[in-house]
Amino acid sequence: MSTSLRSRQGRLGESVARPDGVPKVRGQFAFSSDLFAEGMLWAHIVRSPHPSAVIRNIDVSAALRMPGVRAVITSDDIPGRKTFGLDYPDQPVFAWEVIRYLGEAVAAVAADHPETARRAAAAIVVEYEPTEPLTDPVAALEAAPVHPLGNVFHRQRVRRGDPEAAGAVVVEGYYETGMQDQAQLGPESGLAIPSGDGGIDLYVATQWLHIDQEQLAACLAVPLDQVRVHLAGVGGAFGAREDLSMQVQISLLALRTGRPVKIVYDREESFLGHVHRHPAFMWYRHHADAEGNLVKVEARIVLDGGAYQSSSFAVTVNAACFAPGPYKVPNAVIEAVSVRTNNPPCGAMRGFGATQTCFAYEAQMDKLAAALGLDPIELRLRNALKHGDTLITGQVLNGTAPVAEVIRTCATAPLPEEGPGMTAELSLPGGAGRTADRGRIKRGVGFAVGIKNLMFSGGYDDYSEARCRLENGVAIITCAAVEVGQGFVTLAQQITREVLGVDDVILAPANTIGIASAGSTSASRQTWMSGGAVQAACLAVRDRLFDSIAAKHDIAAGVLEIVDGRVVSLGGQVDVAVLEAAPGEVFEETVMYRHPQTFELDENGQGNNNVSYAFAAHRAVVDVDLDLGLVRVVEITTSQDVGRVLNPLQLVGQLEGGIAQGVGLAVMEEIVLDNGRVRNPSFTDYVIPTALDMPPVHIAAFIEQPEPGSPMGAKGAGEPPLVSSHCAVVAAIRAATGLELPRVPVRPQDIALAGTNGPSGRPSHKDIAEVLP
Amino acid sequence: MGELIDYRLRVNGVERDVAEAWLGESLLYVLRERLGLPGSKNACLQGECGSCSVLMDGNLVCACMVLAASAVGSEIVTVEGLTPGENELSDIQASFLAEGGVQCGFCTPGLVVSVHDLLEHNPDPTELEVREAISGNLCRCTGYGRILAAVKAAQESRQR
Repeated sequence: MSTSLRSRQGRLGESVARPDGVPKVRGQFAFSSDLFAEGMLWAHIVRSPHPSAVIRNIDVSAALRMPGVRAVITSDDIPGRKTFGLDYPDQPVFAWEVIRYLGEAVAAVAADHPETARRAAAAIVVEYEPTEPLTDPVAALEAAPVHPLGNVFHRQRVRRGDPEAAGAVVVEGYYETGMQDQAQLGPESGLAIPSGDGGIDLYVATQWLHIDQEQLAACLAVPLDQVRVHLAGVGGAFGAREDLSMQVQISLLALRTGRPVKIVYDREESFLGHVHRHPAFMWYRHHADAEGNLVKVEARIVLDGGAYQSSSFAVTVNAACFAPGPYKVPNAVIEAVSVRTNNPPCGAMRGFGATQTCFAYEAQMDKLAAALGLDPIELRLRNALKHGDTLITGQVLNGTAPVAEVIRTCATAPLPEEGPGMTAELSLPGGAGRTADRGRIKRGVGFAVGIKNLMFSGGYDDYSEARCRLENGVAIITCAAVEVGQGFVTLAQQITREVLGVDDVILAPANTIGIASAGSTSASRQTWMSGGAVQAACLAVRDRLFDSIAAKHDIAAGVLEIVDGRVVSLGGQVDVAVLEAAPGEVFEETVMYRHPQTFELDENGQGNNNVSYAFAAHRAVVDVDLDLGLVRVVEITTSQDVGRVLNPLQLVGQLEGGIAQGVGLAVMEEIVLDNGRVRNPSFTDYVIPTALDMPPVHIAAFIEQPEPGSPMGAKGAGEPPLVSSHCAVVAAIRAATGLELPRVPVRPQDIALAGTNGPSGRPSHKDIAEVLP
Repeated sequence: MGELIDYRLRVNGVERDVAEAWLGESLLYVLRERLGLPGSKNACLQGECGSCSVLMDGNLVCACMVLAASAVGSEIVTVEGLTPGENELSDIQASFLAEGGVQCGFCTPGLVVSVHDLLEHNPDPTELEVREAISGNLCRCTGYGRILAAVKAAQESRQR
């Protein structure tokens, strides 16, 4: 059976099919690990087996003597800057002298065959002198520095109102979130090809082409325009590809050998070779008056940034700013700090600081509701932020803030009728293990709501450039925005069709040649930023087309519009298909789009540091096996503030996919560390939800209140599904078990052996309220 | 590497020569790097994710867990072999596209093979049977909702 391919049309608001969908379902889409070049070599990276060590010597001679080995490089072979980093270049391309985390790169090999490269890497003799790793992030605040730049990446305080304010009802809690991995399916991979002019063409899966280019040029000591970064097919990202991984190493090997060099990580190397979500250690105290109005929120938050800085600065700012959640709080005393340890580096992952604090503030809201004798939904509604309210940063919410709407629509959606008594055996907790005793399964329902900022903040010059070229009714869009699966490519075509009334929209390859940066595919920003750039470029081209037609007909361009693919004038003199409107003429415009300026926070964490915020609510239903501590998530219901729906099918995909990662964070996913060593770098031991684990997701409502200032009224939708979904699941487990469960992910022992061990697996744990006074 | 050997594999109905290959190469490596068939993916190389799913003598296997040289004499079918001619899609491929089952697409070819195998053996599976059948195929983007919708659509189209 087969189906012929139909032409793909569709404007904004429609469930248009993705333009890369056909090659993807046929297995013909070229991901970064699929690339081939004649004469290419394979690279392999040598990584430290110690989380903390001094390097005494590196002997590469045996590796170099092996047949088929073409080059071996270490830090000594880097012609330019020996370090990289998104905010500050503190991370070595190859470690020299000191190892600061397990898996840190030390050397790299290029060889004719991947097995030869692997064996040569194993033949490199690195003399390590292991040292005691610093792995407790709270202890790191006072411990000897593990890097010359010290152990504190960023300290963010937010002070609002009266620090002495007190409420009639006070609840306090201590919470932890574990180290989650993005677990994007496509492994880190790429192909570097020497260009012959001393430069390099790098084909790679990344989230931000131009930041890779900048960092590569600095490390390779090659002029910027000789480093050409081309987007290869990206097998998911979720933050894992925002930092460099192996880009510099394979580019150096390609320049050294004069041959194309390919690398593909295996899954273990992927787990060791990219940043993770910062674990958070959070102390909270909420004050409310007797009616349940929030009076003050106090929070002290420690984030484990691991060995290098990555995006710890911005994660810390987010954690601090969103410490109280989507609630109106007149008084706040917040202190957040990210620290350096010998744990794996942490950086960007979907939710970016907001996901961590949501776990604490939503648990606090439930505690507060219990203390007040109030319904938890009612408490949330009573304090929900709305348009015009002031955040704890002093920023006034000038955009839409339908917090009450997402709460109401989600909370009032119908619950599943069937109880656990009716569930198929395979769908009970324990699943295929068939361990459940139906009489010992308890159902629970939990609720959570979250807030996330959209786009880059804190005064960062955030922009995206796009070019539109229109010729004989065919539009070509050029933009360096990275498609990671989210569907920007679909949206770019929809926007172009909408503005220009054309059907044929060709997307030029995304690369760093002849177009400026589109910024990162992160921070829920590309729909707004690169969507805005594409829209602006198309509008500029449309104006040029109108000018041309108007001149020919001796009418004012202002009377022209595009309706159903035709250029028409108000007076009726012009009525021509866009396809035939200007035969042979070429219109091309390039536009750089910027969002409204933001500002850095001052020393008290006050300032207009964000452009826009989005909100989502989640309700989870779980079945818990009380004896074995196993959890089955039965259903998730959600409502989300999306501004405007641009592609319903893709939007559903963002919500369902983000919620799946929330379910994973709630009950399955954690990088397990043992004194700095990653114990589970595989899909055998780091388990992510399968189709059997993932419950149905019911979308109660998309709240469509067009966001002022957003080019199409839409808000980014990728992150909010992973800000509060894990919190709802854990709240549901608390409801089923009556346990406090202050730590996520909730492990079977946290339920079945509750009370027999502490909240943390860390070797030592001080009250963070003491170290962050 | 002294263990280089020559052999012949039957892939998608065609005899393919493999020359001077290291004995330790997996079927996945040979398909992807020697035979120009990169549709089978390499997400884990541990037999955990299903992205390299292929049919070997009609059985669904992870190509990363099969030594290529041990596949001599077997009939191998990859996602490329389940794809009709140019400008055409199988009903399953078309459903994945229409129902929004594709985001980054890295899991997609393996899922197409798995779902093909499922519907060949069980033309009318329950939702739970579908979930179980594809539970060996990890997807990190979609949360499986649109993939389940795609399977349902393909299943229903075959019954019409």
